[in-house]
Amino acid sequence: MPEPIVKVVNVSKSYYRDVLEIPVLHDINLDVHEGQFMALMGPSGSGKTTLLNLLAGIDQPTAGTLSVAGEDISHLNEGDLAKWRARHIGFVFQFYNLMPVLTAFENVELPLLLTSLSRRERKEHVEAALSIVGLADRMDHYPRQLSGGQEQRVAIARAIVSDPTLILADEPTGDLDKQSAEEILTLLSRLNTEYKKTIIMVTHDPRAAETAQITRHLDKGELDG
Amino acid sequence: MKVLKLVSKNAMRRKLRTFLTILGLALAVMAFGLIRTFIYAWYAGAREASPDRIVTRHSASIMFELPLAYKERILQIDGVKNVTFANWFGGYYVDPKNFFAQFALETSTWFEVYPEFLVEPDQMETFNAERNAVIVGRGLADRFGWKIGDAITMIGTIYSGDWDFVIRGIYTGKREDTDETLFFFHYEYLDEWIQKEWPGYGSMVGWYAIKIDDPNRATEISAAIDKRFDNSAAETKTETEKEFQMSFIQMASAIIIGLKIISYLIIGVMLLVMVNTMVMTARERISENAFMRTLGFRGYHLVGLILGESLFIGVLGGILGMILLTLVSKVVAVALSVYFPGFQADFLTYMMCIIGAFIVSLVASIFPIQRALRIKIVDGLRVVD
Repeated sequence: MPEPIVKVVNVSKSYYRDVLEIPVLHDINLDVHEGQFMALMGPSGSGKTTLLNLLAGIDQPTAGTLSVAGEDISHLNEGDLAKWRARHIGFVFQFYNLMPVLTAFENVELPLLLTSLSRRERKEHVEAALSIVGLADRMDHYPRQLSGGQEQRVAIARAIVSDPTLILADEPTGDLDKQSAEEILTLLSRLNTEYKKTIIMVTHDPRAAETAQITRHLDKGELDG
Repeated sequence: MKVLKLVSKNAMRRKLRTFLTILGLALAVMAFGLIRTFIYAWYAGAREASPDRIVTRHSASIMFELPLAYKERILQIDGVKNVTFANWFGGYYVDPKNFFAQFALETSTWFEVYPEFLVEPDQMETFNAERNAVIVGRGLADRFGWKIGDAITMIGTIYSGDWDFVIRGIYTGKREDTDETLFFFHYEYLDEWIQKEWPGYGSMVGWYAIKIDDPNRATEISAAIDKRFDNSAAETKTETEKEFQMSFIQMASAIIIGLKIISYLIIGVMLLVMVNTMVMTARERISENAFMRTLGFRGYHLVGLILGESLFIGVLGGILGMILLTLVSKVVAVALSVYFPGFQADFLTYMMCIIGAFIVSLVASIFPIQRALRIKIVDGLRVVD
């Protein structure tokens, strides 16, 4: 069995309100292997998004270690984490988080501005990503000119454009109608099966979770199994 | 996609707000520039003063006159090259609103001591040959549509009554900032009237303008002149032409200080307008900035974007303000040509405007930058736009 691409060992996370400790995650252990598509389910407040934020390197655990792509990110400083995120993480948000003043092309190009790619190379990458999500003909459209489903597809194109190690999706269908949600789930599934992308998706929706190969449940900060 | 493009797109995200901010800044910059130009124009006389000229007046006040006989005695003092004199006339043309400076002067020496007033030789010849001839500045002639040969009547206020003149010359300035709104006529014409109407008060002059051989000796020569007239009926005060002009300016020092304070307050208004816009921007972009950081953008990227946006708005406002300043100062220059001849914003004023706009932009971006950098990514992502 190869080493997991994500290895979470005894991770706990607490928030503090003044001196009051609010525990969110307790002693989490999780392995995700390359090419897996995992759904994290659980009720509101169970700690799903907190765990996803820890995996994305935008929050730090109170205890335990997190390794992603062979690197322990629990102790990286802010600058190193930023570089690490740019290289390894593609993030898909529930509310898309597209820049309203940028076209679909420019939104997808954003992560590539942090790389040393030339303008021509960036263009090739962006066009390829938008083709994968089926929006090659909409690259000059602004977010306001797209439907919710199309906006989320642009967000997915942005998440994959730099070919990250791991795609993290936080309720990617939470703001979509049924048909659009199914399209997004199909797209994520395709990314996993055709392009061998490792995906961890947080969701409330059991039907969405069915798309994934593995489903793990979080409840009151504890992971099943 | 370039960073500048993103900056400009961000700045134009709320077009109305950005437009109103730029307009507000432009008006503030224009107002600041106009006030600085007023102050600059106020000092025009002192700036134009020649270092090789000194002025002798009555020690008590310019309101008191000096004997005409002092001229020959001043000429004898070592270092004095030439002496001329003048009297303030204080009349108006047709209507009291038509005010401008008029001087009765010794025409044979005046234009030697003041070579910046250029008169055609043939005009000077006819002017010298006629008792009530007058030479006026090009600006003044243009203002009233006067031409050479025109007969005009001035109404005297100090020397009351109608005064008939014939325009025999129109001077132009040697330098761009030479005052071209003055009215020069023969001292003899005025003195004859005084001798006739106010017997015993004639042969007096308002002040002497003295050309000296070495500007470095101005203090020494001034002291020598004043010493010559110590303990006389009319003691003198001699100073450089610049000091002489400044003594008039100092009379309005409270106004100038007031104007300076207002100009700094305008900078404060600019800052408030700009800070208000940038604070609103910061509030709207909390989650967007957090998202940028999620992608891997660093703090200095956000600093560049926020600072760039602030500078984009501020510098555009500054440039528009300077364009408005140029246009409005041309209108003001025409309207106030009598009081402020050559009213025009100078290079330093333009520099102050653009540097002011630049500094205001920098300061206005401090709070949004601080906010964008301090907030944790996870907290920022929770904020709903």
